[in-house]
Amino acid sequence: MAKKKTDEVNFAPRGIGDEKDGAVQKGVDLPSPTKKKHKSLGLSEDDLKAMYEQMYLQRRFEERAMQQYQKGKFGGFLHLYIGQEAISTGTVYALNDDDDIITAYRDHGWGLCRGITPKEGMAELFGKAPGCSKGKGGSMHFAKTENHFWGGYGIVGGHIPIGGGLAFANKYNQNGRISATFFGDGAVDQGALHETFNIANLWKLPAIFAVENNGYSMGTAARRHTVTEIVDRAKAYGMKGKVVNGMDVFSVYEAMKEVAEDVRKNSEPYFLEIRTYRYRGHSMSDPQKYRTKEELEEYQKVDPIERLKTYLKDEKILKDSEIQEIEDKVEDEVLEAVDFADNADFPEESALYDDMFAEDDPYFHK
Amino acid sequence: MAELQFREAIKEAIDEEMAREEKVFIMGEEVAEYNGAYKATEGLLDKYGYKRVIDTPISELGFAGIGVGAAMNGLRPIVEFMTFNFAVLAADQIINHASKAGYMTGGQISMPIVFRGPNASAGQLGATHSVAYDSMYAHFPGLKVIYTSEPDDAKGLLKSAIRDDNPVLFMESEQMYGMKGEVSDEEDYIIPIGKGKIKREGSDVTVVAHGKMYHVAKQAAAQLEKDGVEVEIIDPRTVKPLDLPLIIESIKKTNRCVVVDEAHPFAGFAAEIGFLIQREAFDYLDAPVQRVTLPDVNAPFSKPLFDAWLPSAKNVIDAVNQVTYRN
Repeated sequence: MAKKKTDEVNFAPRGIGDEKDGAVQKGVDLPSPTKKKHKSLGLSEDDLKAMYEQMYLQRRFEERAMQQYQKGKFGGFLHLYIGQEAISTGTVYALNDDDDIITAYRDHGWGLCRGITPKEGMAELFGKAPGCSKGKGGSMHFAKTENHFWGGYGIVGGHIPIGGGLAFANKYNQNGRISATFFGDGAVDQGALHETFNIANLWKLPAIFAVENNGYSMGTAARRHTVTEIVDRAKAYGMKGKVVNGMDVFSVYEAMKEVAEDVRKNSEPYFLEIRTYRYRGHSMSDPQKYRTKEELEEYQKVDPIERLKTYLKDEKILKDSEIQEIEDKVEDEVLEAVDFADNADFPEESALYDDMFAEDDPYFHK
Repeated sequence: MAELQFREAIKEAIDEEMAREEKVFIMGEEVAEYNGAYKATEGLLDKYGYKRVIDTPISELGFAGIGVGAAMNGLRPIVEFMTFNFAVLAADQIINHASKAGYMTGGQISMPIVFRGPNASAGQLGATHSVAYDSMYAHFPGLKVIYTSEPDDAKGLLKSAIRDDNPVLFMESEQMYGMKGEVSDEEDYIIPIGKGKIKREGSDVTVVAHGKMYHVAKQAAAQLEKDGVEVEIIDPRTVKPLDLPLIIESIKKTNRCVVVDEAHPFAGFAAEIGFLIQREAFDYLDAPVQRVTLPDVNAPFSKPLFDAWLPSAKNVIDAVNQVTYRN
């Protein structure tokens, strides 16, 4: 790399042009996955089958959603989770069903994991009445509060204090529940995160904060928007922190199980940096000029779904034909969901005024 | 009737609601150990302890957002801002989250939260500590906005706000915390949100004024009475929802209206009231609606400039003279 002239004013973030010649640029460095097998993690063969089905569902759901979007069946933003499915799946299996989960706008996988049916999810994308949020939320605002999935939120970092507040209420009520707040690496530079970390440890909130570091906040590589390793931010607030391989569902499950136990027992916050990679652009409108095809291919070699599939076969838990059965079942389910969403009714126009206020006779300034 | 300071009325409302409902708690800067920056929470820490009266860091976005999450998850937070001028740092939580979470999840989330604290200017605090925010928050759907003018209203309306299942912005005036007034000693005294009050009956002109401006209007009315002009003062008490029928009925009687507002003129409360009156009562008007607001200028420090900046009784009298064609 050419030596910069000392008198040149330069605000180029570190890392630009730092790649060694010929080396593939890397979005994130993945830590080694856990070596533990499912039994020593406390997972049964049935758990593994269910996890595989869940991860495969998230992927096929989104691949079909993408097709429908491209066909113009619905509008808005569409941020796909493809590549990151091990995180939602590993987490949901590790936490209790009544622990509170909240996330950002990349929320389809989380919703499906926490009981939004493919039909409810697809209908929401289509803006239809039977959608999980009655067509009021769309792609970025899936929610199913009866299952303690508090939703996807669209302001980068804005829901981090809210996740802290979910934990505050749990501590206040001494109900033994914890909260887990997920956000992307772009959110770590928001003041909301820093204010929340400070308060969360000051008040010892039973909260997990987890960044899904997929290497890019929209088009800006993590190393160009943050001056430190993200996990190090935990130290500044006296919080425990850990880096986890997010391309391996066992690693996520193991870490979440351990962290959740710690948080529940000690009532204190914990910060996880879960390293992962998204295969698609930030949203559908992203031409992805900031990364190379080679880089993407590197990460696809450690695909979380393929990884689990290989494990299932190597351990002789499922035969090829049984895996195919699961995949066919999921495919049918997703196609049914697309049909359902396509044929479902849009909300009545009068629904425009519903759900604004808690009371039955809300006031509107017309 | 007991005579209470404004701050005592606020404290009574919080105290009574905390005693009634375990889920109600208060947090904010200096609310606990310090007994409240304006002593509106005096004694509450001793009574309810550190679980329910909580000092926060100077971190408005952070603690407002924790309040939002806590409200979603079943509690009923009262979030005190040391002034609404600082609450701008938490505007994301109020405007983008508290007001919208219920709607965008198809009604799955309810948001019983009160954000309260001093609004608008006190004496000579300079440009960053003198802004009235009630108009701004009223712009956004999903929020209820209250800016009270008297201790009695403050008590009854704050109790309603705490019981409301929606986000409510409850505004007080820094200059009015020491003001005394008769407060109902009725047990569990509640004033419904959205109901204004005719605070002075008159036949010649309707003056709509809320918050600190009610007192400016009252002063002007006393002066005008000497000149034989009978002013009717309507205090809407809640900016949103607004008791428009009460205002319209009054205008049908007086045929003239002046709106006095502590905010800036453009796209503000006074502009909205002016529009609504022309739409609902055009045929009853004998003069165009006038407004008295701050100028479209930031708050100055210097005393004479500050006095010239803040709406005064003289400004109101001038406006009344204009709509009654007396000058």
